[in-house]
Amino acid sequence: MSAESKSSKPKVGVYICHCGTNISHTVDVEQVREWAEKTLGAEGVVIARDYKFMCSSLGQELIEKDIKELGLERVVVAACSPHLHEMTFRGASKRSGLNPYLTELASIREQVSWVHTDKAVATEKAKAVVAGAVRRVIQNEPLEEIRVPIHPDTLVVGGGIAGIQAALEIANAGFKVYLVEREPSIGGHMAQFDKTFPTLDCAACILTPRMFEAGNHPNIELLTWSEVTHVAGYVGNFTVTIKKKPRYVNTDLCTGCGICVEKCPKKVVDDVYEAGLGYRKVVYTPFAQAVPKYPVIDAPNCTYFQKGTCKACEKFCPTNAIDFTQKEEYVTIQVGNIILATGYDLFDARRVSNYGYGRLANVFTSIEFERMSNAAGPTGGNIVLRDGKTQPKTVGIIHCVGSRDKNYNNYCSSICCMQSLKFAHLVRERTGATVYEFYIDMRTPMKAYDEFYQRVLEEGTLFVRGKVAQVTNAARNEREEGKLIIQVEDTLAGKQRRIPVDMVILSIGMEPRHDAKETSHLFGVGCSSDGWFIEKHPKLDPVSTMTEGVMIAGCATGPKDIPASVAQGAAAAARVLNKIMQKEVVLEPIKASINEAQCSGCRICNGLCPFNAILFHEDRMVSEINPALCQGCGTCVAACPAGAISGTGFSNEQILAQIDGLLMDVNLAV
Amino acid sequence: MNDYLFYPGCSMESSAKAYYDSLMEIAEPLGINLKEIEDWNCCGATEYVGINLIPAYSLIARNLALAAKMNNGTKTVVAPCSACYLNLAKADYYMAERPALGEKVNQALEAGGLHYVPGTLDIRHILDVIINDIGLDVLKSKVVKPLKGLRVAPYLGCMVPRPDYYHRWSDPEHPIELEEVLKAIGAEVVDFPRATACCGGHMTQIGPETAYELIRRLISSAEKYKADIMVTVCPMCQMNIDAYQAETNRHFGTHYHMPIVFFTQLIGLALGFPPEKLGFGTEITSTKEALARIGVEVPEAVEEGAPRRKKEEGLPMPPRLLKNVKGKPRNAEEAEQ
Amino acid sequence: MPQADTQSFRTALIQEEDLSLLEEVSMKTAGVSHLEMCIQCGSCGGSCPPAEEMDHTPRMLFAMLRAGMRDAVLQSNTPWICVSCYHCVVRCPQNVHITDVMYTLKSMAIRAKKYRDATAPEFSETFVDMVEKYGRSFEFGLATRHYLKHAPLRLVGMSTLGLGMLTKGRMSLTPKRIKGMPQLKAILDKAKELELTS
Repeated sequence: MSAESKSSKPKVGVYICHCGTNISHTVDVEQVREWAEKTLGAEGVVIARDYKFMCSSLGQELIEKDIKELGLERVVVAACSPHLHEMTFRGASKRSGLNPYLTELASIREQVSWVHTDKAVATEKAKAVVAGAVRRVIQNEPLEEIRVPIHPDTLVVGGGIAGIQAALEIANAGFKVYLVEREPSIGGHMAQFDKTFPTLDCAACILTPRMFEAGNHPNIELLTWSEVTHVAGYVGNFTVTIKKKPRYVNTDLCTGCGICVEKCPKKVVDDVYEAGLGYRKVVYTPFAQAVPKYPVIDAPNCTYFQKGTCKACEKFCPTNAIDFTQKEEYVTIQVGNIILATGYDLFDARRVSNYGYGRLANVFTSIEFERMSNAAGPTGGNIVLRDGKTQPKTVGIIHCVGSRDKNYNNYCSSICCMQSLKFAHLVRERTGATVYEFYIDMRTPMKAYDEFYQRVLEEGTLFVRGKVAQVTNAARNEREEGKLIIQVEDTLAGKQRRIPVDMVILSIGMEPRHDAKETSHLFGVGCSSDGWFIEKHPKLDPVSTMTEGVMIAGCATGPKDIPASVAQGAAAAARVLNKIMQKEVVLEPIKASINEAQCSGCRICNGLCPFNAILFHEDRMVSEINPALCQGCGTCVAACPAGAISGTGFSNEQILAQIDGLLMDVNLAV
Repeated sequence: MNDYLFYPGCSMESSAKAYYDSLMEIAEPLGINLKEIEDWNCCGATEYVGINLIPAYSLIARNLALAAKMNNGTKTVVAPCSACYLNLAKADYYMAERPALGEKVNQALEAGGLHYVPGTLDIRHILDVIINDIGLDVLKSKVVKPLKGLRVAPYLGCMVPRPDYYHRWSDPEHPIELEEVLKAIGAEVVDFPRATACCGGHMTQIGPETAYELIRRLISSAEKYKADIMVTVCPMCQMNIDAYQAETNRHFGTHYHMPIVFFTQLIGLALGFPPEKLGFGTEITSTKEALARIGVEVPEAVEEGAPRRKKEEGLPMPPRLLKNVKGKPRNAEEAEQ
Repeated sequence: MPQADTQSFRTALIQEEDLSLLEEVSMKTAGVSHLEMCIQCGSCGGSCPPAEEMDHTPRMLFAMLRAGMRDAVLQSNTPWICVSCYHCVVRCPQNVHITDVMYTLKSMAIRAKKYRDATAPEFSETFVDMVEKYGRSFEFGLATRHYLKHAPLRLVGMSTLGLGMLTKGRMSLTPKRIKGMPQLKAILDKAKELELTS
């Protein structure tokens, strides 16, 4: 029932909130109410009320009652910022049969009572604000929400623990998931670890069942050794192009027997899975429990591709699965939602030259240590020095390498304290060596984390509070000869110490993927200057982004531990399922639209749209805005030199009317 | 010919005369034209700033103002002495970073009819100029007597690679610049871990025990890694290690003999200039024995010294990072350049 | 020589608190010191090459600064032992300009006459005297005046070195002078009236 009065101005109801005393303390609400009824009566205001808390159910009922009984056609609520309660009052209108877009909020709290102290001034300003809102709302048109169908398939980018969790949740609910992973196998960083804190569960033991489940799930299509190259469309209707890099292995024929790997004569340093600490063959699967089990050939290092000889893998393959002629393949899929779980990269420890990584042989990074400690790793689980054989008698573990440091990365990487404690425990358990741990703070906030710290204290690790100044091999005396010396201030004792150790482990920080910015552009999500994906709200909405239909999960949004990544993966999946179950997505009708007749085809707006929502029709030489993608930001409206674009809900008439109202006291000679 | 404004600094005319002489000899063949700043004054070293801030920076800024006034077709000032280089660079940087400082310093300068707008000049070190403006290829091409057989420990000291406000150096702790120059002139560079450790600075005058320990650490390390000679860019470092080596030995009861010269002197030798013209012979710790090695065949293998792992034994090491730019994270491929 | 207040070194309770100290030191330091950003990590204390000679590590000194222990800070020998190597500055994760703060503490200690050992401050003052007279440093003059006053016996031991430097042309018996001394004097005189207040 939103019939417009044909005869005169539409009937407007004005509601002025006291907001407890937040507003009424500075604005004379009674005066504004009286004034609105009397003075603005000529403009169409038929009723004006004031109430202590408009947003309460009683307050809303006032509006609902008036709409029904007085036949109100417009509503103005003068209260707090629309950010807070625009939806509330629009809901009240909707419930009473009035189109919600015929309700406007006038902020007389954030914009008046909270920024002024002079009561008289504030009251006058409140009147002007109300007048502006009244004049504007009269210009409002009823708008209908846009409904878009949702394609039930989902794309999950990134096959780490967060991505796997998300994929399984959606697949188990009965919907199809495409799981795209850049490496030959899913598993992500977690597959590289030895034990996980605080339970000391073996990482592979808890991860691989999930990996197999994902690999064998009827609803999950794995696209490993693949990357997304193009994304078009909008929520519910994405068209995604995926490049499948050539494995040079025919996966229909390959049984995963591994003979090719065995027979390959060439070894290279494995700087991905083994973190540069071990070797792999040129045809390889990254690790034994890889999912899928199909190997790939590393073409730039392959003797056949470089020189045209060898082909040992092809010779020995029992099923003729090696195919050197394979080319990269592009597939295009349709999905309704996307979850980005692309994970993290690690800080390059060579940058901290005073720690000597890369120059001093026995300085290791945390990921190198994980591989070393792992029984399936390059040393068979033996903790040894760089010579591959000697067991260290003293080990120093350094926190905060490349984190909490304005010279490198400002932020805290969240997991290094626990990781360092874990290393201390493992080293002591395996070797009985003396372990020193160097920290600035001990960050052990989550469940059972501080208890783990207590355990490590009990086990006899020596803690020194101080950020290590340098690791050096320049000995000053006999005691230091042949050792690595950790020079640090023991801040609690207040003295500089030089501690000779055999091995140093650097807990390096997490960084965003080095192509995170490109990825964020590809998917249209925001990316901070550091490179982490930006969530819609840091507190209340950690898995959505400002782009409807694209979710983020796991370390791609910021450093976090495994439970948090899993939780985010599941949360993102829940969001997606929420959308899929609704079958349609409802979009706000505040959109821009182009008046074709006025459009000159200059295309200035095309490049400006942050959401890629503007298409250009070559045949007609005009631009068109896709309402599903348009977020109503207004950039194109302002930029169009012909004034051909107007924003629904923000038309020129509406804005000018609001300005008129605000300046009601100003008499300008024109 | 590249033109530069030249700030010699007080030491170049006295204790570091060898630096000055050798620099003057090699400048021409390398295509470096140095025009001395007219009537420059002392930069105050590390002494004036500890007394009174504005006078200290005004003292430095007078030189900047005078240099800025010179019409040489260049705004680059070259200062070979570490402390002078740092003082000039810091004054320019801080006057911009802290406008209040810039204002006060300019008020003082105005009393002498001078003014300096921070950012006008580009303050560079001679080593930086040789590598980045002239280029190692040009340097290599001018070498007539490569210093093959001479084992050199490159000692850059503190105040050139740090604090590096203008991001000129590859790394503040283990930079490769001096090493590259030495390799270009054919010398064998020793893997010297204390390349940027402190020589003690003015502690040789004020607190000699502190200084002796710092000097001892340096020369014992150079000796351990079997260097014949140390090479430096800083007059203070050269003086401390050269002139106070005897006292250091006396203090510890040791017998180190580690000669130290300026890198320009070795470049001069490689370019074919006679040692007398390069200030050789003015050292307190004699270079006779070290120089005798040049041109003499040295056996390939090194028995002890720098701990080197033989190839293919043990676990692989990460590749070397050549340029350490602070700021945005870089991936391995980028960093390899 | 000022009377040393040794009280503050031996007690575990802070006797005098002057909480304006941190801001004052920050204000008087060239550039932007970021001293308030210190998280007490100890990188500086760990890096300092002559730490064994210092009363307090640089980090400890800053903790004392923040606690307002004015006398204890200005009497500490730490700034005088600082060799200006800048290791601390490049490693500090909070970009504190530590070396420049040390210079500020030196000048504050001189003004308040709180230093305990006059050797270092007087060396600097002598150096500065030379520069203010000639516009250039004068090593011979500096060395003789300094050693005569503070370590006369060392002068004897260094005579061979001194002679060596003279004969090899590395030291001059007479000072060099710049032409623009009046100009420099005018600049320095004006500078001495000025202070950083913002």
